[in-house]
Amino acid sequence: MTDARQGLTGLLDTEAIRKDFPILDRTVHDGKKIVYLDSAATSQKPRQVLDAVNQYYERHNANVHRGVYTIAEEATALYEGARDKVAAFINAPSRNEVIFTKNASESLNLVANMLGWADEPYRVDSDTEIVTTEMEHHSNIVPWQLLSQRTGAKLKWFGITDDGRLDLSDLDEIINEKTKIVTLTLVSNIMGTINPVEKIIRRAQQVGALVCVDASQAAPHMVLDVQALQADFVAFTGHKMVGPTGIGVLWGRQELLEDLPPFLGGGEMIETVSMHSSTYAPAPHKFEAGTPPIAQAVGLGAAVDYLSAIGMENIHRHEQAITAYAVKRLLEVPDLRIIGPATAEDRGATISFTLGDIHPHDVGQVLDELGIAVRVGHHCARPVCLRYGIPATTRASFYLYSTPAEVDALVDGLEHVRNFFG
Amino acid sequence: MKLDSMYQEVILDHYKHPHGRGLRDGDAEVHHVNPTCGDEITLRVKYDGETIADVSYDGQGCSISQASASVLNELLVGKELDQARRIQEAFLELMQSKGQLEPDDTMEDLLEDAVAFAGVSKYPARVKCALLSWMAWKDATAQALSEGKTA
Repeated sequence: MTDARQGLTGLLDTEAIRKDFPILDRTVHDGKKIVYLDSAATSQKPRQVLDAVNQYYERHNANVHRGVYTIAEEATALYEGARDKVAAFINAPSRNEVIFTKNASESLNLVANMLGWADEPYRVDSDTEIVTTEMEHHSNIVPWQLLSQRTGAKLKWFGITDDGRLDLSDLDEIINEKTKIVTLTLVSNIMGTINPVEKIIRRAQQVGALVCVDASQAAPHMVLDVQALQADFVAFTGHKMVGPTGIGVLWGRQELLEDLPPFLGGGEMIETVSMHSSTYAPAPHKFEAGTPPIAQAVGLGAAVDYLSAIGMENIHRHEQAITAYAVKRLLEVPDLRIIGPATAEDRGATISFTLGDIHPHDVGQVLDELGIAVRVGHHCARPVCLRYGIPATTRASFYLYSTPAEVDALVDGLEHVRNFFG
Repeated sequence: MKLDSMYQEVILDHYKHPHGRGLRDGDAEVHHVNPTCGDEITLRVKYDGETIADVSYDGQGCSISQASASVLNELLVGKELDQARRIQEAFLELMQSKGQLEPDDTMEDLLEDAVAFAGVSKYPARVKCALLSWMAWKDATAQALSEGKTA
């Protein structure tokens, strides 16, 4: 096995990196070291992020944008400083284009609701169409189904090919003059597919449709440059990129954020309030009603610092090496079928598979006994499972701390699973 | 190995050789899903007065959910409704015991093969798998009764 690992290039110094992640030292089931292969669900957190959150609560905790006293100003500076860090991380033209939410789901719901309440030219109604894809996470399906039901707008879909790619053969038909918004994932959370969003965005621009990109599985793993991408909205979440839970991001183009109406109303998002009516604060505050997740934003800022210090290009290269190795090794397992691209090209470090007739729940249970944490189920992307005629998959996903030895542990574990149910 | 407490031989047997699988004529049909993992079951009940004439089912899911449906079929078909309810309640109690309940003789007599699921109750994520068919049976029975097709 070590022979197979030779020749892997581009790997990070995982020995050093793993020292930053205390949980990776944990053991389960009588001393088995945890092999964490579920980073697509949530990543583990480095000490630097945990310390930043702790420090915030121990030294600076106060509500933001209100108090004139010292720690309130510190809290505000930390919260807004996190916004600066995130803006730089995604190369946003302006920090005011970065809206903090609680997660990517909320970010996507926010876009759907901005459009749902908008006037022309953004208005979504029964004469218009919404376009999405069959490989979306439920969080980028259900908000649009709700919008479609409420407005009468038609929901249209790009399908998936047998090898887990978007079927764009009818691109010009699906995105047409009636299309108001195209919303799609940059990287599939179940199959790992990296989608050719540039092509789709170009077509959307031709017909004057807005584009919303779900970057939840992209932002943690590769360089995300919103100016190069040229989408109108980009959503992602903090907890998948070594940040805390409870903090998400919606990036939106400034003029859109100025034009579109707020969704949640409350404190913080207003300019003046009378009993008769209110006026709103400029973006991003217009979209951040109530006390925001301050400590979580600070944690996300620390996460962005952590990832940037290692370098997103280096992280991506590491994951590509791990993924290529994992695809190769997994395909050696008898009866294993990869759901999604069975090559390492244009794919992220998330690999779903089935193992003969053994149900993923049973696969996951036996792997857990060996300390190996994988995700089993439909991964909140049930249309993908339906597309391939399977009830569920087992999914292994890797990150900057994943090692080739962990891939080997998974492959050995799957052999054990086959023997157990054989 | 701890896993063996969950995957008892008797469970694996039922999984590999399920009893009464396939849909047949019934008084009521329900479709239940376990939304976290995608396990699904379609289940029909057929009553002959107060007697369970048949429980037929089809679906997909893990070994625990499939074996549980097989055990249900074996245990309940031919039983009177009152007795079946006692079995269902005992099974529910066992599955909700978080591994703390040591089945006594009375429970073992009542549950027969279903006692093998005691180990599953230690795994919170899997309890729903074991209960899927039992909840479906309860629901189908309620529907059959409300439609007045049984005495």
